[in-house]
Amino acid sequence: MGKVIVITSGKGGVGKTTTTANLGHGLAALGRKVCLVDADIGLRNLDVVLGLENRIVYHLLDVVEGNCTVSKALIRDKQHGENLVLLAAAQTREKDAVNPDQMRDLMKVLRKEYDYVLVDCPAGIEQGFRNAVAGADQAILVTTPEVSAVRDADRIVGLLEATELHDPQVIINRIRPDMVRRGDMLDISDVDDFLRIPILGIVPDDESIIVSTNRGEPVVNDQRSRSGQAYRNICRRLEGQEVSFMDLQGENFMQRLLRRIRVGAANR
Amino acid sequence: MLEFLGRLLGTSDGSKTKAKERLRLVLVHDRSSLSPGLLESLKEDLIKVISKYMDIDESGLEVNLDKSDDSVALVANIPVKNVKRQGKGK
Repeated sequence: MGKVIVITSGKGGVGKTTTTANLGHGLAALGRKVCLVDADIGLRNLDVVLGLENRIVYHLLDVVEGNCTVSKALIRDKQHGENLVLLAAAQTREKDAVNPDQMRDLMKVLRKEYDYVLVDCPAGIEQGFRNAVAGADQAILVTTPEVSAVRDADRIVGLLEATELHDPQVIINRIRPDMVRRGDMLDISDVDDFLRIPILGIVPDDESIIVSTNRGEPVVNDQRSRSGQAYRNICRRLEGQEVSFMDLQGENFMQRLLRRIRVGAANR
Repeated sequence: MLEFLGRLLGTSDGSKTKAKERLRLVLVHDRSSLSPGLLESLKEDLIKVISKYMDIDESGLEVNLDKSDDSVALVANIPVKNVKRQGKGK
């Protein structure tokens, strides 16, 4: 029986979909069978981030409404094939076209086949959120070191508690070490002080995320990228390994340059 | 410019301090919207504790969160019927 993990944030644009895509790829690379579910009905994007937008035939609502079998609707990843599949969201429907009970039933089916079912939650706290958290065993919150994002994350912690989804963990995304250094950005311990939930990972702000999203190839596969490394670390932690947090402060320009050259040479 | 100089001299904090303070206040407000159930059980506990020291009119008990711009206070209005003698009721 696999685990169902919902990836949520409250606030939009903090990196839920990117996180879902990268954890999916990262876990599949560790040899796990992973199913990604886009619960953002009406505003689907996980397909694009994964580079699978041209392969969608059926979607989540087709499955829920019995138009096709689950296995028929699952889209296989280009790289990992059967070990990483996507259940896309419907694009021309609305969030209330599905209800929490239906989602719970769907998760029951998926968890039988997959080690991890990762649900990409829509922004907001309405029906889409309630659908996405239904049937989840665990929640990962994504936030950025900003007042608005941390505030929304705090609200989500309360709402998760109310839906009996206890012990969420948080990923602090888009940290900019230079700004933290000069006191212009909340640091990890600040966010920790406010949220008081276990930190699953810290991800530095990284241009290669945009490049990889442009290409539809998650950054976790890029051995040279710092954010890719951060996502690989998170995947190993999900697998129960002890992995210490990345040192975001310790690296100056020269070290960064040297590391790039080293890893670049190793990849060749 | 002054801020830049201050930062050079290490006398001025970055905007993070401001962010932390604002976030703290916002969270105090957000978290202070107590659910009716929580407020009820708070009332019951209050009655229990205060009854040890004085007789109170339970039906007239009011407990509210008073929010102003930079603070949140728990305001309780508890009509007292009689104060018990000191040394008793502990």
